[in-house]
Amino acid sequence: MSAVAAVPIRKAGSFDLARIREDFPILRMKARGHDLVYLDNAATSQKPQAVIDAIVQYYESGNANIHRGVHYLSEKATEEFEVGRRAVQRFINAAHVKEIVFVRGTTEAINLAAQTFGRTQVGAGDEVLVTAMEHHSNIVPWQMICQEKGAKLRVAPINDQGELLLDEFEQLLGPRTKLAAIGHVSNALGTVNPVKRMIAMAHARGVPVLVDGAQAAPHMQIDVQDLDCEFYALSGHKMYGPTGIGVLYGKAALLEAMPPYQGGGDMIRSVTWEKTIYNSIPYKFEAGTPDMAGVAGLKAAIEYMNGIGVEQIGAHEHDLLEYATRVVGSLPGVRLVGTAAEKAGVLSFVLEDVHPHDIGTILDQQGIAVRTGHHCAQPVMDRFGIPATVRASFAVYNTRAEVDALARGIGRVLEVFG
Amino acid sequence: MAELRDLYQEVILEHSKAPRNYREPAGTNHKAEGYNPLCGDRFTVYLEMDGDSIRDIGFQGAGCAISKASASMMTQSVKGKTKAEAEKIFHRFHELVTGHSQGQEAELGKLAVFSGVSEFPMRVKCATLAWHTLEAALEGKQEKVSTE
Repeated sequence: MSAVAAVPIRKAGSFDLARIREDFPILRMKARGHDLVYLDNAATSQKPQAVIDAIVQYYESGNANIHRGVHYLSEKATEEFEVGRRAVQRFINAAHVKEIVFVRGTTEAINLAAQTFGRTQVGAGDEVLVTAMEHHSNIVPWQMICQEKGAKLRVAPINDQGELLLDEFEQLLGPRTKLAAIGHVSNALGTVNPVKRMIAMAHARGVPVLVDGAQAAPHMQIDVQDLDCEFYALSGHKMYGPTGIGVLYGKAALLEAMPPYQGGGDMIRSVTWEKTIYNSIPYKFEAGTPDMAGVAGLKAAIEYMNGIGVEQIGAHEHDLLEYATRVVGSLPGVRLVGTAAEKAGVLSFVLEDVHPHDIGTILDQQGIAVRTGHHCAQPVMDRFGIPATVRASFAVYNTRAEVDALARGIGRVLEVFG
Repeated sequence: MAELRDLYQEVILEHSKAPRNYREPAGTNHKAEGYNPLCGDRFTVYLEMDGDSIRDIGFQGAGCAISKASASMMTQSVKGKTKAEAEKIFHRFHELVTGHSQGQEAELGKLAVFSGVSEFPMRVKCATLAWHTLEAALEGKQEKVSTE
């Protein structure tokens, strides 16, 4: 039976799942002879036609280098680029447009913060605090700085459900803590951290906070002023936008005090052999020709999400996650990994006696795309004493019928390995 | 779904559930550790070498059905062989799982059940992890072998 043909048409307000699916051309394709069931959204989401069109349109009628030419196309490209920046500002409710720095993605955003803020603020004997559920991209940049400076990386532990131990987190915020770098939503477990409370705890001890929002921005409304975080990092490609574009939000005063990340064009005001004067923020951090098409695509993705409603998207995914937790969680031999009370978009599990890699291959033969492995979160796998998990992750276009297809697929795994 | 059965042949499933030579031989004088960072598979291969010959071989570790069965059947196929013979079998095996076989599969005996792997390029590393580890152990390399 076709998983896609059985799409239920939901009429919750203006939420029309069948129409949403039509917006994503790739969902019409077959994978290994089956309707594609794409459940690897935490790795990267698919792109709606509006995003694809925005990129095509940019190259067809908008392409020129920005902030450089006096000609018509350059002026138009520059304006579009800055319109994109304002769209991001509104999307995360930043106070100022200059607080939006375009980068390649969350990984580059965190590296930028580590190499500029980290390098100037962290010294010998200092500490950087992370949580036990971080993605490697929110571990390794801090390890590098700590190693270079003789500082210490501290790790706030989690419980067996995959929830952060808040008391321990609070206790680890010490006089030497220069920064807390925390994931908003865990990519491996789906846990939603109480970041607003964590930020308040950190601020009570004078500790600034960077939030890795790669897995949060696709699923929930982000308000950086309400959170009051110092930095917030996100990736366009996980929220229906193109690859290669992401955002580092930083409070203006901090960005202004930070040294540049990379040197080159656009990040300077004037260059002589004796002295270079850096550009103002955010341009100080945007050396070289940026991904203008990426910004056009990201802006279209934001408009697409706003068109449906970020809360509606989150509610639909939450419904799917609850359904999948029930349906998949009750299959024989399945053990869910990550059962926090607050979760978003991710169902991670293992199957008794069958390695996730084998499960992934058998599901793939049925057109079902899941992620198997350590999800770039090896310390999380170590915490649960497993080498890997199977991860199904949801986006706005997924259906209950696809969850049923996943459950049937797992049934097939049990047959093969029975 | 025919291809799935080509990959997960009964012999392979059976070896993955009850791997042979899953131990560290008492006389071990060579060993190496292999790791596939993509899926977390991790094996140690132990050798008791008698001059140039593999007198005894064992392995331990964790991995998917393909990697575990491959390790198990590898230990059976190279026990009693010389270093050169074992390397030749690996060469043939590698050709088999990557779909570059030159019609000499017969030399592989039971290992021919892994021919289905060639239809699953993402799984070639699973099938060859133990073999790469064996190669490192034979050469007395100390560093951990990685598929990446």
